[in-house]
Amino acid sequence: MAATEQEILAGLGKIINEITGIPAADVTPEKNFVDDLDIDSLSMVEIAVAAQDEFGAEIPDDQLKHLKTVKDVINFIQA
Amino acid sequence: MSTDRVRVVVTGLGATTPLGGDVASTWSALLDGRSGVRPLTEDWVDSVPVKFAGRVAVEPGEVLPRPEARRLDRAEQFALIAARQAWQDAGTPEVEPTRLGVVVGSGIGGITTILDAYDTFKEKGWTRLSPFTVPMLMPNGSAGWIGIDIGAKGGVHATVSACATGAEAIGYAIDMIRSGRVDVVVAGGAEAAIHPLNIGSFAAMRAMSTRNDEPQRASRPFDKGRDGFVLGEGAGIVVLESEAHARARGAKIYAVAAGVGYSSDAHHIAQPEPSGAGVQLAMRRVLADAGLTGSDIRHVNAHATSTPAGDVVETIAIKEAIGSHPIVTATKSMTGHLLGGAGGIESIFTILALSERIVPATINVDDLDDGIEVDIARTEARKLPDGQIAAVNNSFGFGGHNVAVAFTTV
Repeated sequence: MAATEQEILAGLGKIINEITGIPAADVTPEKNFVDDLDIDSLSMVEIAVAAQDEFGAEIPDDQLKHLKTVKDVINFIQA
Repeated sequence: MSTDRVRVVVTGLGATTPLGGDVASTWSALLDGRSGVRPLTEDWVDSVPVKFAGRVAVEPGEVLPRPEARRLDRAEQFALIAARQAWQDAGTPEVEPTRLGVVVGSGIGGITTILDAYDTFKEKGWTRLSPFTVPMLMPNGSAGWIGIDIGAKGGVHATVSACATGAEAIGYAIDMIRSGRVDVVVAGGAEAAIHPLNIGSFAAMRAMSTRNDEPQRASRPFDKGRDGFVLGEGAGIVVLESEAHARARGAKIYAVAAGVGYSSDAHHIAQPEPSGAGVQLAMRRVLADAGLTGSDIRHVNAHATSTPAGDVVETIAIKEAIGSHPIVTATKSMTGHLLGGAGGIESIFTILALSERIVPATINVDDLDDGIEVDIARTEARKLPDGQIAAVNNSFGFGGHNVAVAFTTV
């Protein structure tokens, strides 16, 4: 069964906290990775690989650059 | 001493070593004559002939937040920890960013990153490599991260000269300030090379002690029974500053970084030149550069690694270039050999010897080798005289690099 939005959000929060130190509670759907969370492109690659392991959804490089917000990633994983 | 040249002073010290997680604990252990060498407990130890090393006393993971630690090579972790200590010790000075520089090197660079990343690559493919692999393995990584940390825009550099790296970094920093390019430089060296490949490779050179039954007795510079160096790890970093800049902000001044002398052997890629001519030249040059005479030098922190080839030749060179009067010590007897980090921590020890007027004793000198005609501090720490005095830190490296750095009391 596919993960719910809440499950993915919680999983992303944990991954982002592990990689960047940003508190998981700050990882909310509307947050922009660059503007709000100050996550650089190298860390985004780490997050994408970790998310792939966690949720089994591969995020190709040409898609990754279009995923601007946490919600974008949730939608991509759910799609 | 020329009066028209910028005087450079030492205003901050930072270190993480096999003896302690900071300068104070390391210095106190040195004065107590303690060894930081321990048996290795890793599962790979059976694959190498050397079963001990000087691991840092405080693991960097206990100091750095995990998100930061995971994107740094172990040598970069040591460097950043030591640099932050030094910067804080200097009073976190306000410096115009373009007048602030960094010179921090490593002898080997991010070798554990390279080897671990190659395992990952072979087992799982390129997509599983950390995107920070390159900045973790590059030998200038420590300098880059420190530059970001303190906002240095005046030039960030990395020296690479094997076991002379840390001293060369400090020498380069002195010249940067003298040239007028910058007012403040964070300088030193770091190394994290305790890995079976490195131990195996140094052992293949027959350069390492194999005194496996007595690890804390293995590093014994100047002793007849020495059989090689003991690998250590860690970092030593100082804040250097033009005297005018330091005085203007009322900084605490440990010592004057009075000069640097360089030479090169052009003899053998790894063996010291047997007459010690190159080492002598570096010491003669540091005296000239600092405007000092041999009689001003009251203490030498020797390179003395505990290998059969180097230690005695160095003492003869000290006698020839400086004289037989300085109190000579080899702190590697307690820290092990930090390779690129050695010149950093040993410059700190030289500075503290001057500012506290005490020289830590070399441990494990049970039977002084023949031909040593300088005053070796052994059995107990030795007092340095009052008044204006100077000291030299020697660091030499594979490749034939010879570096001597001179410091004087304020």
